[in-house]
Amino acid sequence: MIPFILRRLSVAVPTLLVMTVAVFFLLRLAPGGPFDSERSFPPEIQRAIEEKYGLHEPVLMQYWRWISGALRGDLNESFQYLGQPVAELISSSLPTSFWLGLLSLAFSIVLGIPLGALAAWKRNTWWDTSAMFLAIAGVSLPSYLVASILVLIFSMGLGWFPPALWESWDAMVLPVITLGFRPMAMIARMTRASLLEALTSDYVRTAYAKGLESRVVVFKHAMKNSMVPVLTILGPISANLVTGSFLVEMVFQIPGMGKHFVSAVTNRDYPLVMGVTLVYGVILILSNLVVDLMYGLVDPRIRQ
Amino acid sequence: MIPAVSTSKTAASAKNGPLAKGWKRFRANRAALLSLIFLTVISLAALAADWVAPFSYEAQNMEAILKAPNASNWMGTDSLGRDLFSRIIYGAQMSLAVGVLTALFALILGTLTGALAGYFGGWTDQIIMRLVDLFYIFPSLLLSILLMVLMGRGLSGILLAIGLTAWVTQARLVRGQVLQARELPYVESARAIGTSHFMTIWKHILPNLWGPIIVSLTFQIPTNIMSESFLSFLGLGLEPPLSSWGTLANEGFRAMRGVPHLILFPGVVLFLTLLAFNYLGDGLRDALDPKTQRLVD
Repeated sequence: MIPFILRRLSVAVPTLLVMTVAVFFLLRLAPGGPFDSERSFPPEIQRAIEEKYGLHEPVLMQYWRWISGALRGDLNESFQYLGQPVAELISSSLPTSFWLGLLSLAFSIVLGIPLGALAAWKRNTWWDTSAMFLAIAGVSLPSYLVASILVLIFSMGLGWFPPALWESWDAMVLPVITLGFRPMAMIARMTRASLLEALTSDYVRTAYAKGLESRVVVFKHAMKNSMVPVLTILGPISANLVTGSFLVEMVFQIPGMGKHFVSAVTNRDYPLVMGVTLVYGVILILSNLVVDLMYGLVDPRIRQ
Repeated sequence: MIPAVSTSKTAASAKNGPLAKGWKRFRANRAALLSLIFLTVISLAALAADWVAPFSYEAQNMEAILKAPNASNWMGTDSLGRDLFSRIIYGAQMSLAVGVLTALFALILGTLTGALAGYFGGWTDQIIMRLVDLFYIFPSLLLSILLMVLMGRGLSGILLAIGLTAWVTQARLVRGQVLQARELPYVESARAIGTSHFMTIWKHILPNLWGPIIVSLTFQIPTNIMSESFLSFLGLGLEPPLSSWGTLANEGFRAMRGVPHLILFPGVVLFLTLLAFNYLGDGLRDALDPKTQRLVD
């Protein structure tokens, strides 16, 4: 177990490093700088600003200063929220995004797996067709449409949930459904496909031959064995939750990290973009590691 | 006499050829057929927008601002009195063009790199696949956003931003397929009679992979259309006067409280288009590529 984790981390660290290099240089190559504005500053002020933030140095030097700072936990100060350390901005917004992502993941698993299992159990019936329509619709629905429909019906129409913000549990319902809908559909499709495959195996035939009910065979015997492929898509799903949160946080005005990322990119707030990218990278690598560890839990044959 | 026999023979072989069989299987799938018709209509409308759209996409009518759907403006009007129906038809040009062009770009780049990696193996494979892994772990939309900033919010910017992230899926698929094909006797035979590496890949391996490749292309287009609309909705995609369904939805979102049709119509049209592409892809896979297991995007 521990050698496995170490081996994975030894790949993860270079990956993270390459990621930060790529983003850092992409940002510097991009036209426009953080202190460009409609009315330009006098050149001496411009120069003074650039010197204060080290922007006059060669890019390679700037990167070195950034990465050595980052390793010590210093992510510099934000350019757009002057005087505010990036680390502080992140630590105040990360928990919100984290809960949004986690609740959405829970929503998608709790609904997606039974939906897919139902479709496989009642294969080629009306149940199957409707469950799979919901699943295909789920990957085809743009999340802004899901959000607008939910807000129009449940907050503006029925008044059940607030249309924005993240201050009470009932405010969380609509954003979590919006963000979790697509992953739910992906999980449902994967569960159905993988369960159908498991249902063709010998032990399933044996179970039926013993006279077990199909409910027991499908949900008890085949289900356990069809979970590995479902786990494999949790990696892409965590990436989906990260990028999905940009839109959901914007639409529902949730003070999370996704909102910071989008505004930081638009405003060329280099330190904030880098900080948020680094955190996303760590989250994604860790979630992929957790998924890999879970394979072993679900399927003892992989444990070696 | 002889020509008659030979024509009937070709007709018979055409009827039982893989294409004819595939078409027969495809035709039996009603959802896929319906989707194909729907997509054809939308594409034709987009191509002939100048004739089909009742109004120009920028014609303002200050007397009809934020109107609900009615007889002359089927989908209502926006805050500048522009006809939403016409703007959706023109938006289809941009959304579909971005979806198709980026998918083709990804197809070419992904097939090329995937084929090289799978065919040559060794360090070629190592280098390409490490690159692919890197792209794979980095959420593609995150990278697209950064590339958008780098290349500007024009059409070419968005094409590159999406195309450069979408090729990875294609590369993985083609590599896997080529890896299998490489070991087959016909490839070995081709090499044995002195066919060059390039010709072996081009003439012998790739033609056998067109089924899975077309299927993955059909799934790539809706993914890319979705990415474009996502970026444009966030305000990081296309800039006016260019407009796609995503930019229309972005404008509509701001007016949602008073006039929900401005976001609902572009959103629903996008949804139906993506739904059709997904059903079409399912149908094509069942028809052309029954072996490959169902992919989940």
